[in-house]
Amino acid sequence: MSLLEISDLSVHFATEDGLVQAVRDISLTLDEGEILALCGESGCGKSVTAMSIPRLLPPDTTRLKGSIKLDGRELTTLPEPEMRRVRGKTVSVVFQEPMTSLNPSFTVGYQITEVLRRHEKLSRQAAAARAVELLELVGIPAPQRRMKEYPHQLSGGMRQRVMIAIAVACSPRVLIADEPTTALDVTIQAGVLDVFRDLRDRLGTAIILITHDLGVVADIADRAIVMYAGRAVEQAPVTELFANPRHPYTLGLMKALPSAAVNGRLAEIPGMVPSPLSDPDQCAFHDRCPRVQEDCRLSRPPLTRQGEGHLAACYYPGGDR
Amino acid sequence: MTEVMRRRRLWRRFRRRPMPMAGLVLVVAFVLLALIGPLVTGDPAAQDYMATLAPPSPEHLMGTDDLGRDAFARIAHGAQVSLQAGVLSTLLAMVVGIPIGLVAGFYRRWLDPIVMRLVDVTLAFPFLVFAVGLAAIIGPSLKGVVLALGFSQLPAVIRITRGEVLAVREMDYVAAAVADGAGDGHIIFRYVLPNCLSPLIVQATVAIPAAIIGEATLSFLGLGVQPPTPSWGVMLTTAQQYLSDAPWLAIWPGLMIALATLGFNLLGDGLRDVLDPRSAR
Amino acid sequence: MLWFILRRCGSAVIVLFVSSVLIFLGVRALPGDPATVMAGQEASPEAIEAIRHEFGLDKPLPAQYLDYLGQTLSGNFGRSTQDQLPVADILLERLPVTLELSVLAMLVAIVIGVGAGIVAAVRRGKLADYLATAFGLAGLSVPHFWLGLLGILLFAVTWRVLPASGYVPFTEDPVQNLQRMILPALVLGTGFAAILMRQTRSAMLGALSADYVRTARSKGLPEAKVVGAHALRNSLTTVVTVLGLQLGALISGAVVTEQIFVIPGFGKLTVDAVLTRNYPVIQAVVLVTVVGYVLVNLLVDIAYAFLNPRIRLSGGGHD
Repeated sequence: MSLLEISDLSVHFATEDGLVQAVRDISLTLDEGEILALCGESGCGKSVTAMSIPRLLPPDTTRLKGSIKLDGRELTTLPEPEMRRVRGKTVSVVFQEPMTSLNPSFTVGYQITEVLRRHEKLSRQAAAARAVELLELVGIPAPQRRMKEYPHQLSGGMRQRVMIAIAVACSPRVLIADEPTTALDVTIQAGVLDVFRDLRDRLGTAIILITHDLGVVADIADRAIVMYAGRAVEQAPVTELFANPRHPYTLGLMKALPSAAVNGRLAEIPGMVPSPLSDPDQCAFHDRCPRVQEDCRLSRPPLTRQGEGHLAACYYPGGDR
Repeated sequence: MTEVMRRRRLWRRFRRRPMPMAGLVLVVAFVLLALIGPLVTGDPAAQDYMATLAPPSPEHLMGTDDLGRDAFARIAHGAQVSLQAGVLSTLLAMVVGIPIGLVAGFYRRWLDPIVMRLVDVTLAFPFLVFAVGLAAIIGPSLKGVVLALGFSQLPAVIRITRGEVLAVREMDYVAAAVADGAGDGHIIFRYVLPNCLSPLIVQATVAIPAAIIGEATLSFLGLGVQPPTPSWGVMLTTAQQYLSDAPWLAIWPGLMIALATLGFNLLGDGLRDVLDPRSAR
Repeated sequence: MLWFILRRCGSAVIVLFVSSVLIFLGVRALPGDPATVMAGQEASPEAIEAIRHEFGLDKPLPAQYLDYLGQTLSGNFGRSTQDQLPVADILLERLPVTLELSVLAMLVAIVIGVGAGIVAAVRRGKLADYLATAFGLAGLSVPHFWLGLLGILLFAVTWRVLPASGYVPFTEDPVQNLQRMILPALVLGTGFAAILMRQTRSAMLGALSADYVRTARSKGLPEAKVVGAHALRNSLTTVVTVLGLQLGALISGAVVTEQIFVIPGFGKLTVDAVLTRNYPVIQAVVLVTVVGYVLVNLLVDIAYAFLNPRIRLSGGGHD
């Protein structure tokens, strides 16, 4: 049994314009110590998929279907007080915006010890000692001094490390990292990724990494799921995915990688993502697909096996490079 | 997009909301009462000795006061006084405040810090202290009320105008115009003043009801409009003496002040949402 | 932080200096010659001249200002023209009354206003939000002296549960004192509660949708802590700013409230002084109000800096 099992998850949001279908029938598994990347363009549903695990979506407007099992325990129907004991303890999150995700009115130390005192029931001193260790663990120099500082006194990279320290404080089983490096300089990115790798190796934490950057995926992930318009279109171990991409959308993303840039220009995938309001029975990518045929417009291609642990949702899969 | 189309779209956005529309109706009703009311209600000073402190009746819709004067006639004339105080004091604040704000915004080096420090300090200054001082110097009157209220609105107007000057000067096309040798006058009339319009209109919807309440307050205290001129505040002074015998005298003027103020507040909230998306939540 | 406080104190002193000059000149601009007023209607020219000399009114203006400043700083505000009592004594007697009223009204405003603002933001779009919003609009629109009249009409005239007016010093009889102060404090506090409620609601809505609140939720904190610590702490700067901006209105409101409930405080003193042209009292009252206003503003600024680590640690101004 996997650590985390998501089956047939659909997430819709009630808006003034109607139901927005952010995630459609996603299934995935995550093993202990595994780093799984969810990738795709913004709006493809990767963040929503991940945030539905700790139930951090706005409760008033969210309509959720399907099952999310952590260690065999169903999370979607867990009472809210129980869920609060999962959040920050078993499942924790590193958010995208290091500049705004820390509370400007509290010291770094308070924001780390808070979660320790809540879940580990540590005393003030014990929590403070542990927080200093955590700051050291995520590679912050002079941690004693940083404890007393406020977020605005730290650089973006430092804040992201503090966010990670908060997230890993209670040794979570699952860590969700939502675009953890996007807002950071390239030089700092590598350091942050090293912190994740280190955590996985030391604590066996399973990590869900949300990113639109395939470079990051290649660097750190074991397995990747490519999402498009709320659905998984391809999933494979990372080496396999890069060696043998099957879905035309995945291929398009890889061509958009800086390393694949021709004459310094990134290839763009022409066309637009279809509306999230309707869901016709056809391939969502057909408008933008170079290999589109008549049947792509007539029914939606299911995920089919392409190789060992490799699935793709395409009637005409294959590589072209 | 043309100016006309833009206005039409704003109006459509505004019209769809029930609360600002209710506010607009209240404001229009208040203005009509002030402009037309006095023409139809008759003499607010006419005394009916047979009916002093009379409760509301078909003859005296809102009853009469201690001297037998028709409360409705006095309410209508009082609306006129309220409207005058509101509009005149707001105009005064704009006429004096806009030039000061412009100058402060354009001469940032030496004038701006002084003006803005003064604005900061006086922004919340108790207008009643102005009013008390003025009443002491020139005697209690509508003139004193308008001056006191106008000056108390001044800091807000200066701050808004100056803010727009600074914002406008940051814009690329204005910087380009400056580089092309456009004079300060051109910048002011072509760019700054049109941009000030929206926030100043919103400010007026705050200032006018504040002035209506302010006038009533000062007149109630005896520091504003003097009897026998019918002002809602003066009417309430009388009402306080006859609270147990003629409670209706206390109800009407207060209700009118509350409705007129509510109208401007609702209208202002709506205009803020439509005209100034930055502050809308 | 220390630098910040020093700078604010410095500018407060400048404001006080400018105000004292304005008040001094304002008094000189009053209709009528002060010496004539003081000497009375039937005084001989010699007597007037004597008074003019005695009070230094024949000196040049700057010298007169220095005299005035020296007198004021040593607590000598002259004598009331009504009853010849020293103005300083009258002020000392009246001030505590107004302070009590203002503090009680502030408490009412903070408890109701901040409380309702938080509830409205948390229950956004629900019944509680609509009720609070309606209360906010009504509180903004109803002038408090009318609210006071209605209060007297209901509680004192119709139901007869509270005394209509009057004042008993707290030291004499605390129960009587509070019985008489509760209605005025409620009346004065309600308008500010409305303003505070609107600002708190909008600040809390902003804070509740902020990223750091999402972070707080992701830590598994109870909702009370998410709202009460993380969101509220960041809204408090707004609340303090609004309190500061309402200071002047509170002083004005206290004047009116005292007039309605016949409370012998500072406000009533002010109005009575203007109506009886009691110039020494007017002058003192205006000056003391300005001093009080500047001092409380200073406190608000310091509280603001204290709540905002950016300012506290950098010593800079707002933003």
